[in-house]
Amino acid sequence: MATIDTHGNGLSSPSWFERIPAYYYFIGIVLISMPVFAGDFVLFQIFGWSFILGVISLSLMFLAGYGGMVSLAQMTIAGLAGYMVAIFGNSAIETISQGWPWYIAISLALLISVLFGTIVGWLAVRTEGIYTIMITLAIASAFFYFTRQNYVIFNGFSGFNGVLPPRLFGIDWRHPIAFYYLTLFWALAAYFTVVYISRAPFGLALQGVRDNARRMAALGYNVTAHRVAAYSFASLLAGIGGILLTWQSAQISPGTAGIGPAIDILVIAVIGGLRHPIGPFIGAFIYVLLKTFATDVLISFGLAGERFQLLIGLGFLVIVFWSPDGILGLWQRFQDSRNRDPLTGRGGREL
Amino acid sequence: MGSFAQRHPIWAAIIAAAVAIALWLIFAIWPEWLTDLIGAKKIFLNALFNGITLGALYFFVASGFTLIFGLMRNVNLAHGSLYLFGGYVGYEFATWTGYWLLAFPAAFIIVAVLGIAMQTLVFQRMEGEELRQTLVTIGISIVIADLLLWIWGGDFYNIQLPSWLIGPMDTFFITGVSRRTGEFIFLKYPMVRLVILAASIVVGIGMWLLLNRTRIGMIIRAGVDDREMLASTGVRIQLVFIGVFAFGAGLAGVAGVVGGSFQSLAPGEDIRFLLASLVVVIVGGMGSITGAALGALIIGVAEQFGSVYFPTYAVVLTFVIMVAVLAFRPQGLMGRA
Repeated sequence: MATIDTHGNGLSSPSWFERIPAYYYFIGIVLISMPVFAGDFVLFQIFGWSFILGVISLSLMFLAGYGGMVSLAQMTIAGLAGYMVAIFGNSAIETISQGWPWYIAISLALLISVLFGTIVGWLAVRTEGIYTIMITLAIASAFFYFTRQNYVIFNGFSGFNGVLPPRLFGIDWRHPIAFYYLTLFWALAAYFTVVYISRAPFGLALQGVRDNARRMAALGYNVTAHRVAAYSFASLLAGIGGILLTWQSAQISPGTAGIGPAIDILVIAVIGGLRHPIGPFIGAFIYVLLKTFATDVLISFGLAGERFQLLIGLGFLVIVFWSPDGILGLWQRFQDSRNRDPLTGRGGREL
Repeated sequence: MGSFAQRHPIWAAIIAAAVAIALWLIFAIWPEWLTDLIGAKKIFLNALFNGITLGALYFFVASGFTLIFGLMRNVNLAHGSLYLFGGYVGYEFATWTGYWLLAFPAAFIIVAVLGIAMQTLVFQRMEGEELRQTLVTIGISIVIADLLLWIWGGDFYNIQLPSWLIGPMDTFFITGVSRRTGEFIFLKYPMVRLVILAASIVVGIGMWLLLNRTRIGMIIRAGVDDREMLASTGVRIQLVFIGVFAFGAGLAGVAGVVGGSFQSLAPGEDIRFLLASLVVVIVGGMGSITGAALGALIIGVAEQFGSVYFPTYAVVLTFVIMVAVLAFRPQGLMGRA
């Protein structure tokens, strides 16, 4: 997919829309015209949810893929943003919700989640590799227990319901079609921002830090600052995803950002693949499909529908075991095996 | 000890003062004003002992975790599942045979076998890929959790204690002076918790001796320091790995029986104990048995005191401790930089 930027020689460079591969147009048209042939349920539950989970996992993919830091706190940051929207904006819990205008509530929510994410990052980058997983997992569960116990701000176990998106431009943004385009817009925005940043100086430096932190430090890069900045950016993505998630289900409670969902986000990112920003969206789509239809499929095969978790776990295990790069890794292997170069033994196409 | 006091005189003084205050709180008869301030001494002593025994349970779980981590650099996020599985196995054995003590070897052996299977079938194939191993353990924990839910359902299980362990026992700690007769009132404490505490101290000392006084312990310590060098000296390191993984998993299984005896077994306990061992190991320092003991004690006591004196945020307190340790001593209290 790196074909977009490989034409840097400027001589016979084709115009910008010719340089975009054909399948980008194809996928774009399919996505934009989706409401024509998809029902409300598919738009709202399948695609809307996939895009949201994709954006949240994308924040994890950004940290893990480009920064080498696997953070399980991304769902927590998303949950915090959702809570903040409910607290500063409108919800059915009128004693706590402030009812401030949407633009203040949303910007405050994003600001707070970025701040929180930065603090998490600052703590997490003090350690490395697997330690990061442990620490972020501990932070995620601390947040879960805290929100469950705190009734003054977070309204304890029941959380907030009736958290609705603002009626901007006279459109009901929870209407399936409007919500589909809303989530699609943010998914695309997040995707292209990550693609852009991964090639910007900051992203390249971050990848350098991932590959060899010592050498980057010797070159004069501030390793810690790059890592913490990566956490800040990832929290912005997670915060956007969290707000959309809260709007989609119209509620936020401790269970939304519990330990299970935190691990699910990692599962999504790993199933899709941590190599490229498209991975989390593929993973999220598969996850949502499984979560929505696995029960029916299991029952139709005569198995108990509650074994959904087992299916997810086994699928995750199989993917991690045989293809560490997820579905994208499988695709890469397929490409490699198809056009094998007789001299180098590698695939004819560079991904 | 002496060298620590010489290097950090201020810290040594603070620790000595804290120990003195703690001893006074435990042994002295409390004056009225202190009782008015923080409640009866009985509550305090109970919280302290509950904390220490909870710490003993945490130590059982976390010592296996830290041993596996220290040697194989494998963060076994399925450790909580091994704990829960061990508890269920112990429950089945205890109800089947009727002997509580038989539950321990049964849980140890069966969970250790599961650990051997995990090490040989899964982790050996991806050696050196720490992140991938950790991800695999997440997958395994999801699968085991669902299988356990499938087999044992969502009910609470309690392992039946033998009669000689049921009931309170008199201790020599004074909770107060009786107003009528002027005699001392002594603390009564559940027998089973004291037995568990004693057992964990024995296990802890046994592990310390094993690690520091035997040849196997020497090999394991060498492996923690430098795996490649140890392997190149001709030690069959894969066997050592399997042995340590089996031992750590078995300890988790035993901890499951202990936890099922004086608490209860239910889905979700696996996550709870995984988190507890994570926090304990982060606080104490990864790969250090002494650190695990110290961390377990701190977390257990903090959790119990939290639930007595500020119940709303008891769980959060443990994480505050973790964050504080991370911020000022990222390698843990006993960890090496």
